[in-house]
Amino acid sequence: MVIEQQYFVKGGDFSRAGIASSETRKLLKQLGISPEKIRNIVIALYEAEMNIVAHAREGTIRISITRDSILMLLEDQGPGIPDIEQAMKEGFSTASSKVREMGFGAGMGLNNMKRNTDLLEITSTVGTGTTVRMINYF
Amino acid sequence: MFRTQKYHAIQVDAEKCIGCIHCMKICPTEAIRVRNGLAEITGERCVDCGNCMRVCPTEAFYLLQDDLSLLGRYKYRVALFPSVLIGQFPEGVSDDQVYGALLKIGFTHLYEVEQPIQWMVEAYRDHHAAQSSQGPMISAFCPAIVRLIQIRYPSLIDRVMLINAPHDLAAHYALENLKAQGIDPEETGVFYIAPCSAKIAAVKNPLGEKESIVDGIINMNEIFNKVMAIVTADPGIATGEFRENLTREGILWCLPRGEARLFKRKSMAVDGVANVVKMLERMEMGEVPEVEFLELRACDQGCAGGIMVSGNRFLNVERLNRRSRKYPQAADHNPEGPSKKKVLQSLILHPIEPAYVFQLDKERGKAMEKLARINRLVHFLPAVDCGTCGTPGCRALAEDIVRGKASLQDCIFLQERSNRDDGSDLPALGKLERIWGSNRFNKSKREDTHEGF
Repeated sequence: MVIEQQYFVKGGDFSRAGIASSETRKLLKQLGISPEKIRNIVIALYEAEMNIVAHAREGTIRISITRDSILMLLEDQGPGIPDIEQAMKEGFSTASSKVREMGFGAGMGLNNMKRNTDLLEITSTVGTGTTVRMINYF
Repeated sequence: MFRTQKYHAIQVDAEKCIGCIHCMKICPTEAIRVRNGLAEITGERCVDCGNCMRVCPTEAFYLLQDDLSLLGRYKYRVALFPSVLIGQFPEGVSDDQVYGALLKIGFTHLYEVEQPIQWMVEAYRDHHAAQSSQGPMISAFCPAIVRLIQIRYPSLIDRVMLINAPHDLAAHYALENLKAQGIDPEETGVFYIAPCSAKIAAVKNPLGEKESIVDGIINMNEIFNKVMAIVTADPGIATGEFRENLTREGILWCLPRGEARLFKRKSMAVDGVANVVKMLERMEMGEVPEVEFLELRACDQGCAGGIMVSGNRFLNVERLNRRSRKYPQAADHNPEGPSKKKVLQSLILHPIEPAYVFQLDKERGKAMEKLARINRLVHFLPAVDCGTCGTPGCRALAEDIVRGKASLQDCIFLQERSNRDDGSDLPALGKLERIWGSNRFNKSKREDTHEGF
């Protein structure tokens, strides 16, 4: 059995950001997933969601929950990441000063995602967009 | 065995309840349903915040409490009460008058609970110094908040600072004092004059403690009325001895920033349960404020807005502020005593276990099936969250259906729709469509809007 959810994310809409992670958190609670696992999943997903809001024009988030795992697939249409390895380094950020003023873009995002997920895959095409695939096992 | 099961102090009076939906809609844990024309509280979800009592148009909620006649059973009768009790009285009524009235009512020993607050401050500082984890500690002062975290934000339960509230400080302090005077604990009755439902629940059935330390709970409203009747004709007597250890910080403890001020700028205070919910939601998403201490209170303006506190909360705050200036600062008044060590030890709580009351099923596979069914069901429901089905909203109805506690026929929109499907075009449907739009009565899928759990 798979439970699937889909969310649309609009770039630049910080006020509404976090819907996907908030909803997912509620579903996982109803399934009785442990608070520690939920915390990791939600932090990773929130970071990924914020990345779409901060950098891309728009994106889709697809969540698939099975008995033992959650797959989070985030696809965006945006600038893409030229050097993923460099972007993974702590403190690296291309966020605009406007975004930073709002308390985001400290350059911890990708790292934070990696720390909180069991499997992280990022593929990106410059000028087209980025796809993030994360899996967490319960 | 430490108590972890749910107990709640708020009860429904079947005579007064008119089965409207005010309480059901405002409950922060969706603990209320309307059944057989009456509000019904689910015990395991109720955190005793008192929101339902505030909005009830018929005052149909009451609290489990004890009668003043209970005083007659004891030779020594100790009253424990928070400083907000005093904050309710109009200007011109002195501390001596209120204390004198309490003695007249029948108490023999009076302890305003926030003393000696410096001991509490020490307990906070020790705890803070000993903690190793990153991020803010959350005060356990407000029992409604502790219970809210326990059931709705279990991932944050580790942040709750395991230190008791002032009523425990005062209770232990009082008992030790009386013992030192050679008074037999068997002959002593300890009564707590409670400002709210959450404190009643916490004192009657404390989380993270073996048993309650008090013998009875007295409604603050009742005491307020009785004291008011006495002070209007009574100049009062000298009662300063009871307030030897009362300080400025103690009087302000239960008001907004009362505890947070200890941690100066490295602290934050949030009051009002809706505001607290927003803060905790953010924290569960990993957005944790960069402070060392979080003071969270279920009532707007802290205990000055307690459900059993009379009068205007802002005036109560103002009066307590003014009163506090007449008392010394806590730092200048730190009584040492043989009982200090013992009292400090009794302030430490045992870890509080999270309670997963929103889990759909203990078995993961079954929980998933139920969740999938809820997701399907909500698409058929009208998403108006009208409450006519007796649940707080459409998603809550879907959840109740899956839990076997409700059925799709409970939804009046669906009833009208099935009437139309039967070919019976009722005039009532046309009227409803004019209000809610015809889409509500179509079977087409629509986006769900209600948040739910």
